[in-house]
Amino acid sequence: MLKKLIAVCALTTVSLCQSVYAESDPNTTMLTNTCVACHGNAGNSTGPAIPNIAGLSPIYFMGAMLAYKYDDEDQLEEVIDGDLDFEDVEAFSRYSTIMGRIAKGYTEEEIKLMAEYFSEQEVVRPTQTVDADMAAAGKKLHKKHCEKCHENEGRSAEDDTGVLAGQWAPYFLYSMHDFSNGERAMPKKMKKTLDNISSTVGHAGIEQLAHYYASIQD
Amino acid sequence: MKNLNRRDFIKLGSGSVIAGTAAMSIPHVALGATKKVVVIGGGAGGTIAAKYIKQADSSIDVTLIETNKEYYTCFMSNEVIGGDRKIETIKHSYEGLKKHGINVVNSIATAVDADSKVVKTAAGDSFSFDRLIVSPGVSFKDGAIEGYDAAAEEAMPHAWKAGPQTALLRSQLESMDDGGLVVIAPPPNPFRCPPGPYERACQIAHYLKHNKPKSKILILDAKDKFSKQGLFTQGWKARYDGMIEWVPAAETGGGITSVDAANMTVSTDFDDFEADVVNIIPPQKAGKIAELAGLTDDSGWCPVDLGTFESTIHAGMYVIGDASIATGMPKSGYAANSQAKVCAASIVASLNDQEMADPSYVNTCYSLVAPDYGISVAAVYRLAEDRSKIAKVAGGLTPGDASADALQREVQYAYSWYDNIVADMFS
Repeated sequence: MLKKLIAVCALTTVSLCQSVYAESDPNTTMLTNTCVACHGNAGNSTGPAIPNIAGLSPIYFMGAMLAYKYDDEDQLEEVIDGDLDFEDVEAFSRYSTIMGRIAKGYTEEEIKLMAEYFSEQEVVRPTQTVDADMAAAGKKLHKKHCEKCHENEGRSAEDDTGVLAGQWAPYFLYSMHDFSNGERAMPKKMKKTLDNISSTVGHAGIEQLAHYYASIQD
Repeated sequence: MKNLNRRDFIKLGSGSVIAGTAAMSIPHVALGATKKVVVIGGGAGGTIAAKYIKQADSSIDVTLIETNKEYYTCFMSNEVIGGDRKIETIKHSYEGLKKHGINVVNSIATAVDADSKVVKTAAGDSFSFDRLIVSPGVSFKDGAIEGYDAAAEEAMPHAWKAGPQTALLRSQLESMDDGGLVVIAPPPNPFRCPPGPYERACQIAHYLKHNKPKSKILILDAKDKFSKQGLFTQGWKARYDGMIEWVPAAETGGGITSVDAANMTVSTDFDDFEADVVNIIPPQKAGKIAELAGLTDDSGWCPVDLGTFESTIHAGMYVIGDASIATGMPKSGYAANSQAKVCAASIVASLNDQEMADPSYVNTCYSLVAPDYGISVAAVYRLAEDRSKIAKVAGGLTPGDASADALQREVQYAYSWYDNIVADMFS
């Protein structure tokens, strides 16, 4: 934990310097402008299949983009282990329809600027149609299985995990589908958790979680 | 310190810097009149340019001149033609842009005086500018297809500018008897929305398959190849086998050369085809005001500096979107969106005597083959060092072996793409 904290502080120092600049840095704006026509103003998507990317941890964001950029896992690990201050980024391959084609167009440094910009944007959680009973069941599942890493009801980006609270349900379900069929890699403890949910409540549990996260509006 | 998390730290950092900057910066004093930008055309390019200039520098006076009170997006209009979507869902108002402080003028720009830097409108008003952005989309080349005049447009709609023409083509398909022939006549390059005619064929086939299955679609092309050809051909075979026939230009001597609207007949150099519904997509050039403003060259399109979109003919005037010669990029709505942002950055920088960021461009374009079958093309671009082209650095098409699940997801992404791009434009 201490090691992790130090690493976070080191990154923060870097992002502090750059975020200072990012307030008015025309290059960051130019880059992030290419994202927002699909991902919404400041990364808050208004389309349910496209994820909100506002408020993500920069490390999570970089992990996702680098995984899209490098299809080859060895190459991905090589980049992450390289000298680009990405040591906290974990290499988890990710399936995509289109992001793999797009991410290859940006350099690591550009991805870092994007990651910092979107991490600083306020999350606007959309109004989604939710089944209250499903959401209540999902809440219990979350507390039992997910809260430990996705803290504060899935609002937190602190552990460099995905922000789940208010994430679009269709996108969440796509992601869970990809995790469960092996098209998207995940940490071992998450796999264990998913296997556990799957063997106890089955796919209904995933749907309940989707309703729960969709129900969080604040 | 232990309660200071990373987020607070970042906020604290930025906050203190804002304060620092405010203390050090020279107060903004207007030296002379307010800087004025006029944007002609409230489509995929113009809305974005106006909004992003205003957002980057609210002291700039931004006026958007647009002919129509409401805007129908061309994107998703093929779904209206196919019947899966109501036309109201592609209609958008300019009220959201007004809230950003943009002066939206509902009139037709009729003239641009490059020397006095004034735009005139049909309503008789004049708007002076320091910078002008022209984003008028396309117009049709007069007389390119013999007999295709204003009256013929009503009998054989182009539906290449969304709105009443879209509704007209839809109603003609609804009135057609089963067993009818639909002719689609795509234009030669370059033209707005390169995959559009072929997506349209899919959407019409989707309607016919379920409602008038004995009908046929004949695509009489002015080209020998087209955008996303492999994927479309595959989709036609998978979903509409035998219903769509594509005839390349080589087989007709160049596609449609004339129409006889009264007899619903189209002609190539070799043959006449009598059809029940005809969709003529005429050869294109830059929107009319670009020509009137003297921004076009012999090609009928507008040459621009590819890093700023400033006209190479008239300094201080910029052309974005379909009307521009954006060498390397397709004439798509998303390309116009991306170009508008580059252009906005360039204008804001030049009005503030600042250096512009390195331009970055992107295009993302979805086509709907069927309600559960979407395909896409995407690309990221950079300006070539010699500024001769907007060079693709990454991107590509939906893979030919994409799974059914992937094709279905692409449809949902297309819908969400639509939600976000129209929010970018209008809210």
